[in-house]
Amino acid sequence: MTPSTNTLDPHAHPHPTGLQHHFADMEQQADASKIGMWLFLVTEVLLFGGLFVGFALMQGRHHEAFLAAHHHLDRSLGILNTVVLLTSSWTMVMAVHSAQQGERKRLIVYLALTLVFACAFLGVKYLEYSHKFHEGLLPGKYYSHRGDTVPGQFMFFSFYFMMTGLHGLHIVAGMAAISWVLRRAMRGDFSGAYYTPVEIVGLYWHLVDMIWIYLFPLLYLIG
Amino acid sequence: MADAITVPSAAGGTAERRSYLNESRGLWSWLYTVDHKRIGVMYLWAVLSMFFLGGVFALLVRLELLTPKRTIMSAEQYNRAFTLHGAIMIFLFIIPSIPAALGNFVLPLMLGAKDVAFPRLNLASWYVYVLGSVFAVTAMITGGVDTGWTFYTPYSTTSASSVTTMTLAAFILGFSSIFTGVNFIATTHKLRAPGLTWYRMPLFVWGMYATSIIQILATPVLGITLLLIVMERVFSVGIFDARLGGDPVLFQHFFWFYSHPAVYIMILPGMAIISEIIPVFSRKTIFGYKAIAWSSVAIAFISFLVWGHHMFVSGQSRLAGAIFSFLTFLVAIPSAIKVFNWLTTMYKGSIEFKAPMMYAVMFLMLFGIGGLTGLFLGALATDVHLHDTYFVVAHFHYVMMGSTTIAFLGGLHYWWPKIFGRMYNEKLATVGAALVFVGFNATFLPQFVLGFRGMPRRYYNYLDQFQPLHAFSTFGSWILGLGLAVAALALVTSLRKKPDAPANPWGGRTLEWEASSPPITHNFEITPVVTHGPYDFYPEREH
Repeated sequence: MTPSTNTLDPHAHPHPTGLQHHFADMEQQADASKIGMWLFLVTEVLLFGGLFVGFALMQGRHHEAFLAAHHHLDRSLGILNTVVLLTSSWTMVMAVHSAQQGERKRLIVYLALTLVFACAFLGVKYLEYSHKFHEGLLPGKYYSHRGDTVPGQFMFFSFYFMMTGLHGLHIVAGMAAISWVLRRAMRGDFSGAYYTPVEIVGLYWHLVDMIWIYLFPLLYLIG
Repeated sequence: MADAITVPSAAGGTAERRSYLNESRGLWSWLYTVDHKRIGVMYLWAVLSMFFLGGVFALLVRLELLTPKRTIMSAEQYNRAFTLHGAIMIFLFIIPSIPAALGNFVLPLMLGAKDVAFPRLNLASWYVYVLGSVFAVTAMITGGVDTGWTFYTPYSTTSASSVTTMTLAAFILGFSSIFTGVNFIATTHKLRAPGLTWYRMPLFVWGMYATSIIQILATPVLGITLLLIVMERVFSVGIFDARLGGDPVLFQHFFWFYSHPAVYIMILPGMAIISEIIPVFSRKTIFGYKAIAWSSVAIAFISFLVWGHHMFVSGQSRLAGAIFSFLTFLVAIPSAIKVFNWLTTMYKGSIEFKAPMMYAVMFLMLFGIGGLTGLFLGALATDVHLHDTYFVVAHFHYVMMGSTTIAFLGGLHYWWPKIFGRMYNEKLATVGAALVFVGFNATFLPQFVLGFRGMPRRYYNYLDQFQPLHAFSTFGSWILGLGLAVAALALVTSLRKKPDAPANPWGGRTLEWEASSPPITHNFEITPVVTHGPYDFYPEREH
């Protein structure tokens, strides 16, 4: 690039860390990112919304089968996972708060803790799933549980696996996002003036938690 | 105002003008680009390829229907041909055509922005689109799909054709649509140039904004519905299967909860383009700016409340049918507001019939027919008679092809000089537009009559008495194909030859015409400051 074109380029002047070329200032960039994330969260709610509506309709239609089927779920493990996820939400809030204050070490600790809780959630989920697999409590045509007194319980497990499975995928995606933010935090990318990635990953993580808050009573507490 | 800045390095004279097209060269500089203009151009070639592919299937379908019995293909091949025509045209052409190709290029320019809010997401959207196309083409090669583009259960969950691959393709394409929508809303909110208030925004931006809202709210529901089809096929989960205690009509509810709003994802961008072309080629301020702007938002809102009109004969309750019918009529109000405002804008304007304006006027006529015949179908009693006949086929082709695609072509001609810096061949383009108009009407007007006389849609064979009209329609499709070929020729030949386009060939007042043609990578040498409305053609008269 010749010097003459360089002086023409309005983007040749130095930017504050993290500011992309097409934004005027940090505030504009942070606002845009937040709008983007909120819109994305809306799509997530509607994605799960389809499953919730389907579940509600089918539960209304096969009430007894759903009631009988939900007794196969381990309520205490469900409660444990709810507590684990809620705690991870709190550590996430603290991570965002630390980022805001520019406290790098605390940010790293809280992000790491959030990851640990997310792993714990998946661990408990693994225990639950393997138990269901063992008992033949599987979705659709793979359902092979013996000794049912109420017929048609397979559909409950169709929904159980689709809903918790999709939610589980979101947990994994969230963990990937948190790991990315954690790596950037360790590299020292963030400061009190620039921490938007932490904030929007936090928003995403809270949504994933919130979906679980709805899934838990829906699946574990029919009655 | 950007012209006031002198460019010292351009003093060389013979050197090519610096622009986003020649700033960097080579295939990788395109594949790695985050420039909204380059992404728009990549989208443009992609959707045009798909338009060609879908068009070939359309011509094949029409050719088969030339005679009442077998003409060129078997019944199975026919089912696949019309499914692929529909699926390609809807998911791979119309939905991304205006927003992702033209909108991507024009919207940031119109806002005076350097780029969209999330350039990398924008590029990701293109790659996701390509991935979805690969899935769709794979579905075609591995046996095709024979369910129709609507994937109705129970047939779609039992058909032996490649339904799983095709539904996954549509699922993936949904992401690209959502990414574009998120980008446009965030860009419109945060990246407007100084002085560009909401009511100074070009109406194209309002249309894109309303479209984006629908893309964000409706697409995820289609996504989960298509996933449920896949689940049903793989696991027999039961939700859409009556034998297992599920409900096939529930699929129709889910599907149309997306796909009816999706109809407005397709038409709103078309209306948005018309709102740009008409004032510029009438040299007159748009009539009823706010009415047009808010009617776009109103259409987006109402679009979510009318899906049940696809199920008047699917066992929906009479009360629900009556309510959906009533709500459907409401859509006519904002649509009519737009049409009347466009007509009033043209009234006493100095109209110039260049190719974009020809397409805009064609739009007004064809959308008039398409929109009014929609009311026949929204009315309960007449729909029972017309449901699933060629009347429906003709109606939605008047809206999708006659309105949206015509508007797309108008927009393509209108912004072609801005995108590529070359003037297309006006004479040839005019001939192309005229042929498209004649061919389109010859193809689809007879189908209204066919449908009214009882010809069902999607049938391979038909009664001998329908042949004259079917044959007329098939001949029309050839004229339409020829018209499109001529239009393509008028555009593409300009890429090899001069003349270069001036920055503002049509005398538009919106910001994209203040950038050079083609624009530089960062769009404007200095960020423009907006001091007037988008259609103030005679600023000295205003105050």
